[in-house]
Amino acid sequence: MNTEAIKELLYKMADDLLIIGHRNSEWTGLGPILEEDISFSSMAQDKIGQAQALYVLLNDLGEQEPDTVAFTRNANQFHSSQLVELPNGEYDFSLVRHFLYDHADQLRFEALANSSYEPLAKVARKVKGELKYHVFHANTWFVKLGSANEESHKRMQDAVNLAWNYALGMFEESKFEDELIADGVFEGEAKLKEKWLANITPLFLKAGLSIPDGNTWAPVLGGRRGTHTEHLGPLVEEMSEVFRYDPTAEW
Amino acid sequence: MYGNAYIDPNDKAAMMIAGEDPDKLAAFEARIARGEKIEPKDWMPKEYRKQLIRMIEQHGHSEIIGALPEGTWITRAPGFRRKLALMAKVQDEVGHAQLLYSAAETLGKSREAMINDLITGKSKYSNVFNYPAYTWADACIIAWLIDAGAIINQVANAKGSYGPYCRALDRICTEESFHLKYGHDNVVTLATGTPKQREMVQAALTRWWPPIMHFFGPSDKISNHTEILMRWKVKMASNDDMRQQFLNMYVPKIWDLGLTLPDKNLKKNAEGKWEYTEPDWEEFKRVINGGGPCNAERLAVRRDAEERGRWVREALNTADSKYIVPLA
Repeated sequence: MNTEAIKELLYKMADDLLIIGHRNSEWTGLGPILEEDISFSSMAQDKIGQAQALYVLLNDLGEQEPDTVAFTRNANQFHSSQLVELPNGEYDFSLVRHFLYDHADQLRFEALANSSYEPLAKVARKVKGELKYHVFHANTWFVKLGSANEESHKRMQDAVNLAWNYALGMFEESKFEDELIADGVFEGEAKLKEKWLANITPLFLKAGLSIPDGNTWAPVLGGRRGTHTEHLGPLVEEMSEVFRYDPTAEW
Repeated sequence: MYGNAYIDPNDKAAMMIAGEDPDKLAAFEARIARGEKIEPKDWMPKEYRKQLIRMIEQHGHSEIIGALPEGTWITRAPGFRRKLALMAKVQDEVGHAQLLYSAAETLGKSREAMINDLITGKSKYSNVFNYPAYTWADACIIAWLIDAGAIINQVANAKGSYGPYCRALDRICTEESFHLKYGHDNVVTLATGTPKQREMVQAALTRWWPPIMHFFGPSDKISNHTEILMRWKVKMASNDDMRQQFLNMYVPKIWDLGLTLPDKNLKKNAEGKWEYTEPDWEEFKRVINGGGPCNAERLAVRRDAEERGRWVREALNTADSKYIVPLA
């Protein structure tokens, strides 16, 4: 098995989870209703815990400690997709991103539960149980707000249109793609994307929302290789502010 | 109007029970004296209902406003362990608001009305949250000592007479005891850490000491008014008693960590009572009436959140009606 390939896979998944968890946590105290404050916080805690579990696997493969990896890298060393770093915007965008991201993540972890790389398979079997609830939450709100009234419908459709190409960027392929597939580590991004589309399409229909026209699809790539929007730098700086205040300290 | 109906407006106790049926009132007070809990559908004096709504509502507001100064440190918490713990802690606080608003709703005021009174400044919340959390250490001091103060207050109130509030407080106190451990662990880490960490935690403690001393409210001279509320088990302990209890439990712990407190007169006297410089109650009044460093900001953030979330709440209220995009 190619360790570099596995590391790259772990990094992109862990970074996605850390950054979206961080964004979700920004809703704490500010949600549209108290129950949603609490939901977003729960999901954020799960995501950040999941990220940590993957950084531990990386640590086992010789990378630095999870805290060092998460709290001392610069933005261009992150392998997260650009979708997760975008600011929360309004609740519509946060919710649509959560829907698009979690459907992909659920399928990713379901597939990885059978990975030939056993340490990852073990983590995936636990994570997929948590993601079930994230997807359930996303579906409930996506369908409700997509079809509740004119304003909510418009807001949700606008958010879909804004998020869509970024969401396609989640499936940016690795240079190790063929190897990962051949070794049975991971089924590959192309297959994942296909399953993702199949899962979300009926929910769009139920919500009365449209998937953007195929002609307009233009995946926003680069995140996996360290190319990010202007939003990731400030996020990473904020996240590591205290940690860097005294790098010799135990916190 | 027939005679004998005049109530002296200066006699607060008489004002509080004016117009109540004496038999019902006596039965109500007897139940409380026996240690029974009053439940939502039971008869209760109007003033009892009013005072409880005010108290529970303010408590709920304190939880959501309190989530703001700590919440700003979630995105900056150093390391996975602290980040996850702080997220869970602040989430608990928001959950407490949910529990408390539900308890207050059983007395007849809706959550929407309560939140509306919060953002229009009509109802109050704990004064401490009108001070800023400048550094990570401020968030740690809040988690330890403000939560410690809250526990003293809430453990007392949990023995009160109104069932739904007591049950909410029992749950809240269990969670708060974890917050206290979390806060203490953080402060110990900083106080026994590097010189920079010690310096930041000492500065935060010095900043927070006056608001902490204000936390239990002004010294209460027993009045008729307080007496009735204590008899009804709405108010369970005097402000000064709670302050003494707090000082007794936490000053030694603070001193053990090698930290100092900005009050040269602070000491335990021969009778075992804590002596301290009287807190600046003028400052307390000024802050409670909107003049603190963060009052305007806290309410603006809350108002903004309410405004931004309005469309979501409206969409939820559309029951099961399904919006169909017009074809033309």
